[in-house]
Amino acid sequence: MKCNLKTVALIFGMAVLCMAGLTVQAQEIKPGLKVAFLPKQINNPYSVITGSGVTEGVKEFKGSGKMVGASDAGASSQVSYINTLITQKQNAIVISANDPNAILPYLKKAAAQGIKVVAVDSDVGVEGRAMFINQADSEGIGRSQVQLLAKLMGGKGKFAILSATPNATNQNTWIKWMEVELKKPEYKDMQLVKVAYGNDDDQKSFVETQGLLQAYPDLKAIISPTTVGISAAARYLSTSPSKGKVIITGLGTPNQMREFIKNGTVQAFQLWNPKDLGYLAAYAAAQLASGNISGKQGETFTAGKLGKYTIGVNGEVILGLPTTFTTANIDEFNY
Amino acid sequence: MSSALPGIKSDKPGKRRFSLSWDRMLVLMLALSLIFGHALSPAFLSNDNLGNLLAGISEYALMALGLTLLVVAAEIDLSVASILGMASGLLGVLWQAGVPMPLTLLLVMLMGIAAGAFNGLLVTRLRLPSLAVTIGTMALFRGITYIMLGDQAVASFPQAYTEFAMNNWDGTFLPLTYVFLIIPLALAFILLLHHSGFGRMVYAIGANHTAVEFSGINVARSKFWLFVLSGAMSALAGIVYTLRFSSARADNGMGFELSVVAAVLFGGVSIFGGRGSVTGVLLALLIMGVLNNALTLYDVSNEILTIVTGLLLLSSVLLPNLISRWKESRRKTAAAVIT
Repeated sequence: MKCNLKTVALIFGMAVLCMAGLTVQAQEIKPGLKVAFLPKQINNPYSVITGSGVTEGVKEFKGSGKMVGASDAGASSQVSYINTLITQKQNAIVISANDPNAILPYLKKAAAQGIKVVAVDSDVGVEGRAMFINQADSEGIGRSQVQLLAKLMGGKGKFAILSATPNATNQNTWIKWMEVELKKPEYKDMQLVKVAYGNDDDQKSFVETQGLLQAYPDLKAIISPTTVGISAAARYLSTSPSKGKVIITGLGTPNQMREFIKNGTVQAFQLWNPKDLGYLAAYAAAQLASGNISGKQGETFTAGKLGKYTIGVNGEVILGLPTTFTTANIDEFNY
Repeated sequence: MSSALPGIKSDKPGKRRFSLSWDRMLVLMLALSLIFGHALSPAFLSNDNLGNLLAGISEYALMALGLTLLVVAAEIDLSVASILGMASGLLGVLWQAGVPMPLTLLLVMLMGIAAGAFNGLLVTRLRLPSLAVTIGTMALFRGITYIMLGDQAVASFPQAYTEFAMNNWDGTFLPLTYVFLIIPLALAFILLLHHSGFGRMVYAIGANHTAVEFSGINVARSKFWLFVLSGAMSALAGIVYTLRFSSARADNGMGFELSVVAAVLFGGVSIFGGRGSVTGVLLALLIMGVLNNALTLYDVSNEILTIVTGLLLLSSVLLPNLISRWKESRRKTAAAVIT
């Protein structure tokens, strides 16, 4: 009896090892996958960069990709595009949501038809997507933005947040963590006076900046965790008498912000590489569509040149750490 | 010539003949568009896609029904989309405040009626041109919506209602909103405009309102109710829109009025009043919806779609003009031959 048990256990153990080995090896991506990228807003420079990353990834794993979307960052505009993608029988949809709830029923419809949904940058409700590719830990982004702001402000004064659209998931998550970080005693002399919304529209963000400076003449800083917002605000400040007196920081792309770093309007800002983000999202979508992963915590997958990633809680995958850009390193980047 | 006075057996062939031939052309165009759509994409004729297509024009259809009657009466209402927005805003605000849905919907409809009445009073009592009035109320109502909602959006509506607004009748391509709202209302409007005394009066008012007034009819009161009707239909469109997208935002429906007017004009309703049909407008909307859907499925960009819509609108205004000029020149040649 004992002999038989041992042999059974041995065979069982070997079988498990074999299967494990096979699973690791079988992470092949099916060729010809159709992946569509649906950003928040199609003519947003940030979306364009993310999209180029998606395209690069799609080309590598021999799929076909496209970027579709509306030119307004509206929640309902994304719905008709989702419906079109469902009808076109895409294999996967990579989406940045303008509103975490409005598109949920339509994404669920897509999933029911076998389309894999991956959220990137701006999440949707958990039931609407298999995975969420986050640029950096949301808590980390929020806290490090406040830490950078405090360093630039010298730890005291009034500041305002210039956000994008009021419902954008990513914005609200980061702002929430900013407010949590602000409660710490070392920021007690910093006061958040207002959260303004520029709707990721260049002109509106420009006008909102104007409004903030007029409404709060003793405003010391504006932090804008959106690339459209920070570039519009910096553009306004660089030609206004407040240049150099009001600090502007937030999340911006090096190419857009370079001239403002060089002319002294902005001292420092942060971001990650949106192209890598798109690339990672494309690979995640492809791995899902090829059946190699299912979005469960603990699963791992390879994303081309970025290497191996492990899926965290609620299907979240983190790209990496944000970079802080200053005059010292601004010229090293091209995006 | 067609008689514009009600009560007298009207010899309608002139106006009617034109409408019928325009309608027939629209039917032909719709058939061609459907074939075009199917040729571009095999998935075009699927239940899901046709359902999406119809759902996509549902709000325009509701607004167009009310607007058609107004334009036939030689008036216009450019505030339809802003009433849609205001209805959406009120719906969001009331629901978020905890008011039960049936009461909320009733209040929203009442608000649409009030908005229409406001337009109607300004046009009929103060005798202001409806174009000017409704451009003003277009801004006014949108402003009120922004005051109600600000930058916020209400996104959680009861599932029973959102599912009604989003789903098709089981196994078919007809959205539930069509089965229970749009098709019955369309039939009602067709009966109202084409097969009732009130409808004949609306045509008469559009063709020659002075003559109608002198025959003792209260033109102002009829026009007032047409504005109220347009307001109510726009509020209904706002309800459908909000529930379909589960989203009440202050900018809902922004810019929709242009597409609604385009559909009305493309449907053969004369901007000068007195001519046109509800069926024509619905056909025009379907054509616009089909082309939009077919081209989007084929990945044609947004910009080209708006160009196509613009060209359709232009042709709908130019063609009747050209046709009547051609007929006029034929008549002159014939007259010249006779004399």
